[in-house]
Amino acid sequence: MARIIVVTSGKGGVGKTTTSAAIGTGLAQAGKKTVIVDFDIGLRNLDLIMGCERRVVYDFVNVINEEANLNQALIKDKRIENLYILPASQTRDKDALTKEGVEKVLNDLAERFDYIVCDSPAGIEKGAMMALYFADEAIITSNPEVSSVRDSDRIIGMLSSKSRRAEQGLEPIVEHLLITRYSPKRVNTGDMLSVEDINDILAVKLLGVIPESQAVLKASNSGEPVILDSESDAGMAYQDAVDRLLGESREFRFIQEEKKGLLSRIFGG
Amino acid sequence: MSLLDYFRSNKNNTAQLAKERLQIIVAHERGQRAGPDYLPELRNDILQVIRKYVEISPEQVTVQLEQKGSNLSVLELNVMLPEDNK
Repeated sequence: MARIIVVTSGKGGVGKTTTSAAIGTGLAQAGKKTVIVDFDIGLRNLDLIMGCERRVVYDFVNVINEEANLNQALIKDKRIENLYILPASQTRDKDALTKEGVEKVLNDLAERFDYIVCDSPAGIEKGAMMALYFADEAIITSNPEVSSVRDSDRIIGMLSSKSRRAEQGLEPIVEHLLITRYSPKRVNTGDMLSVEDINDILAVKLLGVIPESQAVLKASNSGEPVILDSESDAGMAYQDAVDRLLGESREFRFIQEEKKGLLSRIFGG
Repeated sequence: MSLLDYFRSNKNNTAQLAKERLQIIVAHERGQRAGPDYLPELRNDILQVIRKYVEISPEQVTVQLEQKGSNLSVLELNVMLPEDNK
């Protein structure tokens, strides 16, 4: 049976799509049949981050409305075996996602894949609710910043009250916290919430800490999930997160400031 | 952390401030989330009724629903009246 993982955050711009692309790609690289589904109806962007924007013909909503079948809408990744993308529609119809429609598509996907990664839109509107409703696991993406942490807490509340698992009294959704854009240097100077601070507030098991990194923008510029940049700090941090998701234990890297020479230690910068 | 930062940081640790603010607002919002949806509205209505007689601000009324055991909930209403209002 497939595992459905929602990548969610509440707040926009914290790295949900970057994370969906990286984690999905990592799972496929680990040999798991994986599909990444873009739930951001009207603001499709996963296709750009994955570098397959020119190959979109049919989308999620077409499949729900039975204007196309899954085989027509799924885009096979050209780099990684076992990896597929189901793009969002660019329709402006807010009610395009129905609970029944989403359930049917997810059920069909579950027959063919090991992992279904749902890239949630920002906010707490219907698209975000549909993305988390059927989830077995959730990756709560948060920046070390007050509004993002607060919104994450709000989303955690929804995972435990508005999801299918909550409504039907099943085992609760397994929650993972992924902190992105982390800067150990700023934490040390007291300008940024630390991993421990965020954990104290949210109390969710930590899946990964992705450092603020040049590699993320470079990756999205070129349409390559950042995990494929395996030399980069962000790429390695995502790889660790994928390994932990698959049950491996990995030390947390990139959460300590890099050692500097004596002079720069004294004078800063 | 550099030596210069060390002298700067204690005065101006905004991360600590952020954490304290978050702890308060998150605890507050979790409290509201736990209750039924009508609780904020109920609180407003009670506030309006009291305001007919005394001038009080919204922070002076707290309404909490506490679950005691599986089939008993207690609605706790706490109104702080201003002292000089006689």
